[in-house]
Amino acid sequence: MTTYTATVTVRLKRGVLDPEAETTKRALERLGFELDALRSADQFEIDLDADSPEAAADRADEMAERLLANPTIHDYDVEVDEA
Amino acid sequence: MTVAVITFGGSNCDRDAVRALAHVGVDAERVWHEDGLPSDVDGVVLPGGFSYGDYLRAGAMAAQSPIMNEVRDAAEDGIPVLGVCNGAQIGCESKLTPGAFTTNASARFQCESVYLRVENSDTPWTAAYDAGDVIEIPIAHGEGRFEIGEDRYDELVADDRILFRYCDAAGNVTDEANPNGSRGNVAGILGERESVAVMMPHPERATLPDLGRSVDGEGVLSAFV
Repeated sequence: MTTYTATVTVRLKRGVLDPEAETTKRALERLGFELDALRSADQFEIDLDADSPEAAADRADEMAERLLANPTIHDYDVEVDEA
Repeated sequence: MTVAVITFGGSNCDRDAVRALAHVGVDAERVWHEDGLPSDVDGVVLPGGFSYGDYLRAGAMAAQSPIMNEVRDAAEDGIPVLGVCNGAQIGCESKLTPGAFTTNASARFQCESVYLRVENSDTPWTAAYDAGDVIEIPIAHGEGRFEIGEDRYDELVADDRILFRYCDAAGNVTDEANPNGSRGNVAGILGERESVAVMMPHPERATLPDLGRSVDGEGVLSAFV
């Protein structure tokens, strides 16, 4: 068993309105920054023991499917590194 | 008829729901989620509130509570299930109903009275109304924007599963009358069965005459009579 860190990034699907990101973008503009767009995402870093990076990724994938993301509005990706 | 109003950590409309149900003649009791559903349950209400602090997403944590497996089984057996506000979010997160209720387009919490147009009066929840009726019921939510993929939305419309849409006082469904940016101004929908429904507006806050405002929500709760 090796300890891995699985990083799950959950984003709104393209086209789904993100009012918090819009508000943040406006606040940055108010500070004088120039920007075209801003997207927000949630990131989860999960330490876990697994036999292989693939096994760690599979488990993190299931976590995203079942809880961390809502498939109706979210896309997600999983990256695995040795901890 | 005993209706279980399920209390999760952070539910806060459970007492209101019991009281409003009593007013329409329904015997209701609060049930702590860890205690499970009573064996003689005849109906279930998932009440409003902020279960588990809306951590992760509104309703996501409560949807994982073991009692939701019992609620799904009860729904399969045809027992009426109503999710209101946070209960609606829990209903979608637990897949009792399709879609998701997410951050209002305004990115703000909105507490106001709204008008709803009854879309389908041929359900237990809307039998007290006629299709096209305009009713007044309050909302109080920060995450009430109904989102669903276009195909699924079209299916919901085709299957007559939209219960209510936000509208103006005259019943016009317009962008201006949409308080939260919901797709199609949707305020409430049916699950796979017509005995399962979720809605963001609070019928239990528009039932007791003593509150001195609209009692238009009584008709929704009458589904449990």
